[in-house]
Amino acid sequence: MSLHSLDAKRLLCPLPVIRTQDRVKQLKSGDQLEVSCTDPGVMQDIPAWCRINGHTIINTQENQGVYIIVLEVGKNE
Amino acid sequence: MSEPKKAVALISGGLDSMLAAKTILDQGIHVEGINFFTGFCVEGHTHAIRKKDNEKAKPKRNNALWAAEQLGIKLHIVDVIEEYKDVLLNPKHGYGANLNPCLDCKIFMVNKAKQWIEENGFDFIITGEVVGQRPMSQRRFAMPLVAERSGADDLLLRPLSARNLPETKPEREGWVDRSKLHDFGGRTRRPQIAMAEQFGFIDYAQPAGGCCFLTDKSYSQKLVDLWQARGARDYELDDVMLLKVGRHIRPKPHFKLIIAREEGEGRFMEGYKNDFISLHCSSHTGPLALIDGSPDAADLELAAAIIARYSKGKDEEQVEMAIRTKDGKESRIKTKPLTAEQLPKEWFI
Ligand code: SF4
Repeated sequence: MSLHSLDAKRLLCPLPVIRTQDRVKQLKSGDQLEVSCTDPGVMQDIPAWCRINGHTIINTQENQGVYIIVLEVGKNE
Repeated sequence: MSEPKKAVALISGGLDSMLAAKTILDQGIHVEGINFFTGFCVEGHTHAIRKKDNEKAKPKRNNALWAAEQLGIKLHIVDVIEEYKDVLLNPKHGYGANLNPCLDCKIFMVNKAKQWIEENGFDFIITGEVVGQRPMSQRRFAMPLVAERSGADDLLLRPLSARNLPETKPEREGWVDRSKLHDFGGRTRRPQIAMAEQFGFIDYAQPAGGCCFLTDKSYSQKLVDLWQARGARDYELDDVMLLKVGRHIRPKPHFKLIIAREEGEGRFMEGYKNDFISLHCSSHTGPLALIDGSPDAADLELAAAIIARYSKGKDEEQVEMAIRTKDGKESRIKTKPLTAEQLPKEWFI
């Protein structure tokens, strides 16, 4: 398992979701990805994307307008 | 036993694409969704920009993701912003009522889906198109044209109208049962609404004009204005997004103002302060405005008077306006806000 990060700040949905999706494709099952965003819409959209694609949200938090989502990659098939 | 066949469904987030996918899922086919992000999609951007109207308002959602979740299928969102420029700027089949190149857009998307199924080992493509439902891309002649020009040919199945259309390979080969597909046609929405009820799909998205901003008259006018002012038909994603926010006023050919209409837009526009000259009223509450173009000192005075009209000081004899350059230098000027009568209608884009 390894920890990766993705900066999706200043992008508006669905671009942060697309960047997350494209990054997750390169990772292995069990890897974690921390995505930083400024569009509050990601708090809805990234968890929804994870649910339908079999990945797990580990943590979400907001800090001064930056939304940080940590997800764990499920089976990438 | 042979592997189940696999279909990719174009998911826009609207009801028809959901019902088409559901119809095929119910025949035991493995379905995954694909959604193309052109930059003009009604999804996302404006939802993110606009403030929630009130606390009870439903949280803004991405309808394509929502539809996929209802269907229990995976969704692949594909960024086609760059490639889509050629579709919008040079549509071979022209535009619809506004700048919507629907026929070329459909051909483009089905073609992308065709490439996707080849790369991912899928067997066919489904869309929610219904013969005669929309004026341009779903007329009877357009349906075979999309299949042919996209290169998808008989791998393109429209489950909601299939029985009104020639048989496709998935039907011929018995991958799907044609008798269980539908024969919807024309502009009525009744069969879709009945089907939605049957499947328990409630709360689905019902965009008025279509799936993107290009069907919107005022948006299209702003895009044409941008091309005219720049002397070139081109755009970047930032242009596309800024056309979705604010009041756009062009007092002179070489500059226009984008004035935030509410807090959410103002916050979004803050992110562009290093790309544009910006103004706001410093003596009263008022919106943020960006200036697109190359204004001189006299133009900035005019801009200040226009923007002041949208501040709380609009009825004052004089207000103070702060002007910020792209590199952050701020200066202040005093101005008398324009009255409504002094703002010619032709300036509004
Ligand atoms: S409404 Fe927009 S996205 Fe939909 S087919 Fe027409 S041009 Fe394409």
